[in-house]
Amino acid sequence: MHIPTMAEWQAKGEMPELLYWVGCAASFDARAQRTARALATIFSRAGIRFGILGNEESCTGDPARRAGHEFLFQMMALKNIQTLNQYGIHTIVTSCPHCFNTLKNEYPALGGHYQVWHHTQYLYRLIREKRIQLKPVSQAALQSVTYHDSCYLGRGNGIYDAPRDILQALQLKVVEMAHHRSRGLCCGAGGAQMWKEEEKGNIRVNIARTQEALATGSSTIAAACPFCHTMLFDGLKHAGKEDEVQVKDIAELVAEHLA
Amino acid sequence: MMLVQQILFIALLVYAITRFSRQVRKIRRNVLLGQDEQITGSRWKRWKNVLLLAFGQKKMFRNWIPAILHLFVYLGFIIINLEILEIILDGILGTHRLLLPLLQDIYPVFISAFEVLAVLVILACSIFLIRRNILHVRRFEHPEMTRWPRQDANNILIFEIILMLLFLTMNASDQALQLKHYGHYHAAGDFLITRPIAEGWKQFSPALLVAFERGAWWLHIAGVLFFLNYLPYSKHFHILLAFPNTYYAPLEPKSQMPLMESLLPEVRSMMGLAVENEPQQVSPPAHFGAKDVFDLSWRHLLAAYSCTECGRCTAACPANQTGKRLSPRKIMMDTRDRLEEVGRNIDANGQFVDDGKSLLDYISEEELRACTTCQACVEECPVSISPLGIILELRRYLVMEASRSPQEWNAMFTSIENNGAPWAFPPDERAQWAAEL
Ligand code: SF4
Ligand code: SF4
Repeated sequence: MHIPTMAEWQAKGEMPELLYWVGCAASFDARAQRTARALATIFSRAGIRFGILGNEESCTGDPARRAGHEFLFQMMALKNIQTLNQYGIHTIVTSCPHCFNTLKNEYPALGGHYQVWHHTQYLYRLIREKRIQLKPVSQAALQSVTYHDSCYLGRGNGIYDAPRDILQALQLKVVEMAHHRSRGLCCGAGGAQMWKEEEKGNIRVNIARTQEALATGSSTIAAACPFCHTMLFDGLKHAGKEDEVQVKDIAELVAEHLA
Repeated sequence: MMLVQQILFIALLVYAITRFSRQVRKIRRNVLLGQDEQITGSRWKRWKNVLLLAFGQKKMFRNWIPAILHLFVYLGFIIINLEILEIILDGILGTHRLLLPLLQDIYPVFISAFEVLAVLVILACSIFLIRRNILHVRRFEHPEMTRWPRQDANNILIFEIILMLLFLTMNASDQALQLKHYGHYHAAGDFLITRPIAEGWKQFSPALLVAFERGAWWLHIAGVLFFLNYLPYSKHFHILLAFPNTYYAPLEPKSQMPLMESLLPEVRSMMGLAVENEPQQVSPPAHFGAKDVFDLSWRHLLAAYSCTECGRCTAACPANQTGKRLSPRKIMMDTRDRLEEVGRNIDANGQFVDDGKSLLDYISEEELRACTTCQACVEECPVSISPLGIILELRRYLVMEASRSPQEWNAMFTSIENNGAPWAFPPDERAQWAAEL
């Protein structure tokens, strides 16, 4: 399957339904790439015409901005907005809550106005509108899964229900962790922590969070952010549980359940 | 005799109010040392926040037990203040229970309600004291809770209990005198709590009861006025500032950072983009980000004075929970402490004289670096404070002006600049994930 870039769409003189903003993690990180592939599969099954920016996509500037480098953020933002506006993009779906927050909330002040969806919102819509068919309930169903709230989706943008609604639609039993929804405990990656050693403390944030996830007894931890995904997987490895318990993005779970 | 009391009372009242307003003006001056910031967004939403969060205590109810206890104290405070109105009028006019003839039969109903609240306040404050000093609830035990903040919290609780006891003593002796049909102590009907007490106190001589009544009346009102003047030095100032602070709190999503407009012309011209709306000539900022309280928005400074030091933010902070030095409550307390220091400097010198210090002498780089920007502190704060907002402003200064950032962050910045990604992968590999489809 070939995923056309916006440049290719433009060359054909056509406009796709949406732009899939992949984000750096899903572009380069092996585990997060699975999310990107799952989403691409779902989109094409649903017959959605979508494009990507390919090498024209750049970091939104989020990690630089959170680290304090506003200058670099503004450079990246202006560059991306130029690209997006040049293609006349109006609808964006992204699989990264940090990109989502930046594109949706922070680009408008710099002249970038788009309709931005996080993939969990968009997938839930596809399910609700029956644009994708899910497998009928099987015996293997009713497995329990726990969902880890991403800070930038949940507290940041109030998206608590869409991911849980999807899990329910997949006939999975959602078991909540001790801290969930607006009280959810961070995975430890945000605020540019992903790119540096943690400060001195008693325990790593991701290990603490993974312990909460393991305490639910679920065999699957569902994530909706590539950074949470990495952090939780590292937490599982630390606990020596990576063979018994898996971390999966909601998009991967949906792709597995496609009829 | 009455006249002397009246004059004394008016003098005390005028002194207390003058002194209080002087303190409030100083705090206002300090808050306005911050950067100017336009308030945008719907007024209606802001008022709604004031109603729900400040009046309605909505966030408090994320935690039921303290919420209910706090509600008693809060309602007690607001409602008993109605009674203070009568007390003040009595003091000025030299009357006794001025509103009795006006309200007649409803009067004892009002007073009874106040008395019930007074008992609830005593109960709640006692439990709060136990939680802090005997149960040592963890939220009150962090390193920033040094002697003064602990003392301050206990002072307030003990003071509230004393004020309520004085109020009840005043009423009980008054009721006993009424039972004796003594002097101007006209029957005011039965007060729910103090009437039974008065039955027991009937045995005391009228002179003793009058001494009790007058003594409690004076100590109570003097205590209230003292309390008023204690507020500006205390975390208890939140009872006033919680209202403006929730009004002015940002309406934007918690994850949204404010744009530094002052940088924009430079960034645009560097990128060869036309610089829009030139005429508004933004003067370059004193600092990139915040080094000291002057560089923060006045909204952050108002927030610092509004902080209740409750530690809900710190209890929810992932960095703090995992033993990092960061505590969002400390960020707010440090901001206030530094601002107070600056204020004293201005008081002493007429204007601020450089003292070679800054907010960064209070807050360390290690603390600032531990933040994951998870917004849990913002979510939990009952009075809509964002410690995160201050952390991010200080980070901007560290990175953009002081060039103090961890090596790994510098590498990340370089990657973003050169490769358009925070890792050193070339843009041409961006779509490789799709090759395996
Ligand atoms: S945003 Fe930062 S300070 Fe606030 S709770 Fe999260 S890690 Fe702690
Ligand atoms: S910032 Fe808010 S939550 Fe934190 S201590 Fe102050 S009042 Fe409490």
